[in-house]
Amino acid sequence: MSALAFVEIDEGKVRKSSLEAVSYASEVESEVTAILFGQVEAGELDLIGAAGASKILHGADEQLAQPNIMAYASAIGEAINTTGASLLVLAKSSLGDPVSARVAIKTGASLVSNVSELPDTSDGFKVKRSIYTGKAFALTVVKGDRKILTLKKNAVSIKEDGDSAQVETFTPTLNDGDFGVKVTSQEKATGEVLLPEADIVVSGGRGLKGPENWGMIEDLAKALGAATGCSKPVSDMDWRPHHEHVGQTGVKVAPSLYVAVGISGAIQHLAGVNSSKNILVINKDPEAPFFKAADYGIAGDAFEIVPKLTEAIKAQKG
Amino acid sequence: MKILVCITHVPDTTSKIAFVENNTQFDKSGVQFIIGPYDDYALARAVELKEQHGGSITVVNVGEVETEPIIRKALAIGADDAVRINAFPEDAFFVANQIAQVAKEGAYDLILMGRESIDFNGGQVHSMVGEMLGVPSVSPVMKLDIEGETAKIAREIEGGKEYMELALPFVAGCQEPIAEWKIPNMRGIMSARSKPLEVLEPTDNEVKTEVEVFELPNAKGAVKMFDADHVGELVDLLKNEAKVL
Repeated sequence: MSALAFVEIDEGKVRKSSLEAVSYASEVESEVTAILFGQVEAGELDLIGAAGASKILHGADEQLAQPNIMAYASAIGEAINTTGASLLVLAKSSLGDPVSARVAIKTGASLVSNVSELPDTSDGFKVKRSIYTGKAFALTVVKGDRKILTLKKNAVSIKEDGDSAQVETFTPTLNDGDFGVKVTSQEKATGEVLLPEADIVVSGGRGLKGPENWGMIEDLAKALGAATGCSKPVSDMDWRPHHEHVGQTGVKVAPSLYVAVGISGAIQHLAGVNSSKNILVINKDPEAPFFKAADYGIAGDAFEIVPKLTEAIKAQKG
Repeated sequence: MKILVCITHVPDTTSKIAFVENNTQFDKSGVQFIIGPYDDYALARAVELKEQHGGSITVVNVGEVETEPIIRKALAIGADDAVRINAFPEDAFFVANQIAQVAKEGAYDLILMGRESIDFNGGQVHSMVGEMLGVPSVSPVMKLDIEGETAKIAREIEGGKEYMELALPFVAGCQEPIAEWKIPNMRGIMSARSKPLEVLEPTDNEVKTEVEVFELPNAKGAVKMFDADHVGELVDLLKNEAKVL
């Protein structure tokens, strides 16, 4: 049996979360084909082979260069039919989510989102998925012969020891009906670590007193190689853009380390971070509820502690 | 303009999540159920669009009779009529199938719902409905304006926003700040009582997935506390214990 993994390309580079999807697929099925669209930098394809794909279908058509949910879904549906793949794996994302749902309907496949672990195939096909915004899991039976899974970050570690993959140009049938949505422009932070992809996240809250104090958050994030996030009040007050809002109604993150500075830890914020492997909380109030959800805590003045922490991390990393 | 707004019946965001019946059922005791917060944004934007362009708003929910209070609340906020598909929302495919059926019969110009339900967080239904109807689906939508037959939309993507234009009809999964939540006033609450709420049986019972058992995450160990003078020790632990540096 073979599997297909959808690989997202961002400014010519392969998304790390997509390499998790390839690795996941290769843990489940022996033969994995990756499918991707648009221009990709030389060298990036090696990462896909290393993650476990033996073949890459490259949809190089100019019309597919820009992400297009409907056209990608049609092309992937076609690839499932031609390769006979019984499993499609995607990373959860603003592109992967809608594509996965449309492919599920096109191919009659069963779809499970937010999968957090490898499947249990001892009796049927069961996966664990995250529900109630990370507050619980559901062991879910996936019926039927065709399955689609979207992965939560860190569902599996990225393989790096695979062989190189054979690249094949893929020319799917294009349907005019799939090109009705016109993307007129994009606003995108460039050169930064993307929040949902980040392995370490540093977030600031109201305790920082104003947007002018974000420099120390950025310095700490830089020292850690982290992305920056914020609490809901901070984004509501426009101190920081909405795409940095971490929480129940914002971005849900699952990094190896989440650092919260000046965030008290309302249940809605915790819902966005409770899948983090380690949580460090810095807050002047030792009774802040966030400390109960933390692994490490520093009670004290953020304006004193954060610069000290940044220096200590720089020293540690040399 | 005919707008269909799909709402979910979910536990309040502050609810304690627990399970009963050997972890096969959600524990509803003491839990307050609400209109899904994202669905509430969709409904609020629908009310604004109706104010601007005229038309009607139908609310649909797939749920058992216990969901009627939130359907009445949606009617009080500004929907004109409602449909309840009388079935437990088994999985996203099942729900999408029911909604697509309602949508086909009503020939709506716009189908709005939240980006995801806050219980199962799948975020699949809008795209499934779009595919079933053969129309575009866009999510998560932060801004939605209609000019004639064209919609102008801002959609959140990783690290930013994408602006797009598309023709009606389509499906949108909504999130803040598309509109401000609306609180029903007394007149709305009174009139909601007499607005039509039609109850239909499901048209197709196929499900693609089934929950076998629920689990809660492992409890966190005790937090290790430091003060400003011992930051170095913390950094050692981040490196050697947490292994994140």
